[in-house]
Amino acid sequence: MEKDAAINRDPVIATLLYGRPITLFVQCLIDSLYPEVKDAVEIIFRRLALDTVCPPDQTCCGQPAFNAGYRKEARSAAARFIDIFGESETIVCPSGSCVNMVRHHYPLLFENDPIYYPKAISLGRRIFELTEFLVDVLHVEDIGAAFLGKVTYHDSCHLLRGLSVRSQPRRLIQSVKGATLVEMKDSDRCCGFGGSFFLKYPDISAAMAAGKVRAVIGSGADVVVGCDMGCLMQIQKHLIRIGSGIKTLHIAQLLAMAG
Amino acid sequence: MQPYIDEARKAISNPVLQTALANLQDRLGKGAAAAYQNLPEGPDLRLKAHDLRMQAINNLDVLLETLAGQVQKNGGKVIFADDAAVAVAACRKIARKHGVRRVVKGKSMVTEEIGLNPALAADGIEVTETDLGEYIIQLAEEHPSHIIAPAIHKTRSEIGTLFAQKLGIPYCNDPPTLTREARKALREKFLAADMGITGCNLACAETGHIAILSNEGNIRMATTLPGVHVAIMGMERVAATLTDHDVLLRLLSRGAAGQNMAGYVSHISGPRQTDHQDGPDHFYLIILDNGRSRILADERFREILCCIRCGACLNVCPVYAKIGGHAYGSTYSGPVGAVVSPLLSGVGRFRDLVLGETLCGACKDACPVNIDIPRMLLELRSMLADGDGYWQVRRNSFLEKSVWMFWSWMMQKRARYEIGAGLMKRIFP
Repeated sequence: MEKDAAINRDPVIATLLYGRPITLFVQCLIDSLYPEVKDAVEIIFRRLALDTVCPPDQTCCGQPAFNAGYRKEARSAAARFIDIFGESETIVCPSGSCVNMVRHHYPLLFENDPIYYPKAISLGRRIFELTEFLVDVLHVEDIGAAFLGKVTYHDSCHLLRGLSVRSQPRRLIQSVKGATLVEMKDSDRCCGFGGSFFLKYPDISAAMAAGKVRAVIGSGADVVVGCDMGCLMQIQKHLIRIGSGIKTLHIAQLLAMAG
Repeated sequence: MQPYIDEARKAISNPVLQTALANLQDRLGKGAAAAYQNLPEGPDLRLKAHDLRMQAINNLDVLLETLAGQVQKNGGKVIFADDAAVAVAACRKIARKHGVRRVVKGKSMVTEEIGLNPALAADGIEVTETDLGEYIIQLAEEHPSHIIAPAIHKTRSEIGTLFAQKLGIPYCNDPPTLTREARKALREKFLAADMGITGCNLACAETGHIAILSNEGNIRMATTLPGVHVAIMGMERVAATLTDHDVLLRLLSRGAAGQNMAGYVSHISGPRQTDHQDGPDHFYLIILDNGRSRILADERFREILCCIRCGACLNVCPVYAKIGGHAYGSTYSGPVGAVVSPLLSGVGRFRDLVLGETLCGACKDACPVNIDIPRMLLELRSMLADGDGYWQVRRNSFLEKSVWMFWSWMMQKRARYEIGAGLMKRIFP
């Protein structure tokens, strides 16, 4: 896997140095269905004594349209995203998928746009997935969280293969007091969510999820932790379907649990 | 008709197939990943190989001319076939010229692509597949479901029943016994054949030879016993130099089966020379276009011509693991099939292959030449969304376009977005 060389730490260091707030981008899935994950992210930063702001106008990064092939429609959402976040020094988002979209697909969407292309490149260097930001930028692994139980981790595809984030979430989990990380078989295998894939090809998606759920159960874990709500939504749905009591947690929720 | 969805459903509800696919991926998929780590040059050789392949594809005209010139100098004949019909006609003509009655074949996806076997059979020629998996598929009158493991969808008891029926042997489901029986039957075919037809894993322009890999030794016999050898290659399968050729064959073996090198490697540069102990009297190399030039001319998709058809992407794809090869409804299945089948045979016709993937990216990491398959799937999706003149693609329904236009309008204002978010809450409580 290639290393993600796109990250530029200079403006980020400035943010931290001068105590300016970190800007949060809240993935639309979290915004609409799982607001508790957003709360958890804010708790984590409060615990780290870092201020956050959340631009009230934010909507979606455009990934759903882009993945469906509707680039013009994706571009209009992406341009709006750039307008809103373009001035922010450091942006953190609790989704690998959205960050991958901004960092790796925005430059493609705007390759022929002399105004937005440089903005897209620059933004890609200042936006971070949550665990990537905590471990690689802040060099924090222990946030003082506590959870008694066995935790298994699901690698979401875009976070792992797009952003090369594999060890960071695991290190964070291992630093949670009382938590034991137990690996599932093929933790890096797709859960079958795939955005609109699960709606268009429900049988294939369900078969893939069934395999993932078997791996989760096989790990003997009490909870499944992941960094993308899309995957976790899919895994939770299928865990419930087979009557398993195993819960899914976004990593922010785990890290926000007080000791 | 939704063949992709229906066939996928069938595969998913077949527990035997599900186990076979899971075992295939556990063995070959993980084997390839481990084999890349053990490369003497390190796993980054894949990235270098990607560059080698792109350079070759960018200079394909020169390389093919060099290759053809070298093969002719060695006494072989070279035929450039624009499409499947020309390639098939050339094969039939060669068979007629040499009075061929019996053909033995090495495993070759490109002959599947052009539908060669039925055409030869129609001329009254007996065609026998000699790769064990292909032989099983041929006896069962089916199509391969994997690029290198064609009979992965069949159980040993199914094969036992098949052999009992077709070879007239007592039923058994013991793999060594069944293999021995196939070997016995195939030996007779090898000795009686007057023409051998094979594919080509990779040609080398510098030396003017082709290389064919196998693990069963059948290629060696199919290319030396009969008096005539016809090799058919996709026009993209050429390396510039022997050094590049070596790198790519090592990566091919690793990607395909996690091997450092396949069990048998045949290097063939032409017919038997006077000082040679064996080999065919006549050697023909058919170089097939069949839509590849059109791909070459499009910068967005040129990269797929780097593919050396090792099947590594099938062995890690989570979708292939569930639906198997037949659901793809084309010669090439799995992630590479999802890109190459639409480009060779119609994007509209194979739209489900383009959309029915999760873009997880496992294929790219597994590819021995690091082809960015997800990138090309996204390009194909964009083609389906808005239509494309060059590829003669009609866009998806106007309704779908309208939905996304509406979505994009919703995303332009927070208030509208919140209405959408409220709707999501209703749908997914």
